[in-house]
Amino acid sequence: MKEIVLEVRDLVKTFILDGAPLNAVDHVSFQVHSGEFVALVGPSGSGKTTLLSILAALLTQSSGEVFIDGQQLSAMGESERVKLRRSRIGFTFQSNNLIPYLTAQENVEFMLRLNGTLGKVNRLRAEELLARLGLEDRLRSLPAQMSGGQQQRVAIARALIHNPAVVLADEPTASLDTERAFQVVQTFAALIHENQRAGIMVTHDLRMCKYVDRVLQMRDGKLVNECKTRIEIEALARGEH
Amino acid sequence: MRALSIATYLALKEVWRGRGRFLLVSLVIALITLLVLFIAALGEGLANGNRQYVSNLNAQLIVFLQKSDTNISSSQLQVDTVRQIRRVDGVAAAGPIYTSSTEIEANKSPLKVSLLAAEPGQPGLPPVIAGRVFHTGDSGEAVIDQNVALRSGFQVGDEMTIRSTQGGTDEFFYLRVVGLTSNQSYFFQPTIFTSAATWEKVRPQSAADLKDDTPYPNIIAVQLADPKQIQSMEMQLLTKVPNIEVADIPTTINAIPGYSAQQGTVQTQGVFTLLIGVLVIGGFFQIQILQKVPQIGVLKAIGSSNGTVGASAVIQIIIVTAIGVGIGGGLTYLFSLGFPPTIPLVFNGTSSLFAVVALLLIGPIGGLVSVIYAVRIEPLKALRLQ
Ligand SMILES: Nc1ncnc2c1ncn2[C@@H]1O[C@H](COP(=O)(O)OP(=O)(O)O)[C@@H](O)[C@H]1O
Ligand SMILES: [Mg+2]
Repeated sequence: MKEIVLEVRDLVKTFILDGAPLNAVDHVSFQVHSGEFVALVGPSGSGKTTLLSILAALLTQSSGEVFIDGQQLSAMGESERVKLRRSRIGFTFQSNNLIPYLTAQENVEFMLRLNGTLGKVNRLRAEELLARLGLEDRLRSLPAQMSGGQQQRVAIARALIHNPAVVLADEPTASLDTERAFQVVQTFAALIHENQRAGIMVTHDLRMCKYVDRVLQMRDGKLVNECKTRIEIEALARGEH
Repeated sequence: MRALSIATYLALKEVWRGRGRFLLVSLVIALITLLVLFIAALGEGLANGNRQYVSNLNAQLIVFLQKSDTNISSSQLQVDTVRQIRRVDGVAAAGPIYTSSTEIEANKSPLKVSLLAAEPGQPGLPPVIAGRVFHTGDSGEAVIDQNVALRSGFQVGDEMTIRSTQGGTDEFFYLRVVGLTSNQSYFFQPTIFTSAATWEKVRPQSAADLKDDTPYPNIIAVQLADPKQIQSMEMQLLTKVPNIEVADIPTTINAIPGYSAQQGTVQTQGVFTLLIGVLVIGGFFQIQILQKVPQIGVLKAIGSSNGTVGASAVIQIIIVTAIGVGIGGGLTYLFSLGFPPTIPLVFNGTSSLFAVVALLLIGPIGGLVSVIYAVRIEPLKALRLQ
């Protein structure tokens, strides 16, 4: 049995919206194992980004618990959270992903720099990873010189290079055309499986689910459905749900 | 320590990859530097032109007539005051100084000069660097400042013509140049020195003055046996000698008519130029930070600390400011090489250094708000600001 890397227990996040409390995340519980790629889907406003922010230690929950690698997020101080983010978590964001004044290679290496592990071996690993993502001739390109798909792939490399426990991706395909989007998610899934990370991808595009191992569906802050089997997932990805 | 090295790395990369933009700001700072350094040099030059003679006096105290408010031109002492002063214990030497101003007929155009008289061997007469000291009595001889020689063309051995108003009519006198001295500007004019008797004859006088042929000194420069005893000797002189007022050299300089007002004006200009610099830099970096909110959010979200982000912003500002001040300093140096000696610009170490330090501070001060802003950006912005 694969170990549990991420565990969410009865998580609640309440916002006060126009004077009334709103549970953006409403009693959510689930687990993600190493080597597992999970999609988090749901209509706009269903609480996906809020949930991801809490998992990323960027937002504190109202109640419930999150464990990453067995560490309880709510027990951590701010500097511990910063350290957790740079060592145990990998990120890709919807847009504005990369540091604009660093090249593709420097963006990826920056994660290693932050962790103090930028040595010869790791530099080589970064290059190999970028090559694996089809970017071997863009190493020295700045983000502005790359297409959206290329930038997203650099972000994926950055999210994986420091061997995080959990990889969180918020709408990684939002700015890509369909073909690029499939490519990016496919590579992402492959890397997560190979490196035994726990991956969570937020997406509104159900077609992207065909590469994941499990789909969590949210609505109004609640987990309303979970697709576990290949058949269920493929059907969902084809839009037969 | 790793945070600081990462901050430096980020700052250097950002400045280098955006060098066109940052160079532009540096150039603005360079121009401000040029302006501030020139204002400082002009202030120093003007001050010098005003006070040079007084600050180079080989004396610690200046004696004025009582109630003259330490104003040199409104002070006129009695002839025997100098003897009374010399009798006071602790006085090493005392030299009467007679001041006036006149015009010499130079080959090109008339040159306004300060006409001073002093006694050879006493404080008040600066060292002669070429030729000899004038003879006492009405010798008709003069020692002139190098600046007078430079501007008028007169050399040792030449005879120069002086135009001076005597009770309403212009008269001409002849003085023989017998020696040269240097750095003796007074009241914005280069100086010529004569004996008291010659001074009394050739200085411009009103009709009333003409009746009396005795030269009265305006002030007396007092050299102390122990130069540290300024305060106690001031008291001594006041009790032993009647009808006088005593001031040290800095007080005397500040009381030179127009001196404080002029320095105040120049300093105000300098401060305002620096303020403009603060606003320019502050504006630039604030706009830049506002544009950078998402990317700073990402930096923090992936695990950069607030300290790293803040330090990187500070380092960047310091780099841009230092480059600007460096370029500005270089430009100022190049320009100063091409300036004629008649323009009173003095790049003296202290005031220029002071200006440079102030200039280096305007970056961090101007950028302070933007740095605080950067530190406060929430990492959540990486996810929410799209
Ligand atoms: N900072 C906030 N303050 C108040 N309400 C918020 C805040 N952030 C999100 N919400 C609300 O929480 C709900 C879930 O939002 P979000 O997590 O962005 O959903 P999704 O990412 O699925 O579109 C929405 O109703 C949104 O308006
Ligand atoms: Mg969202």
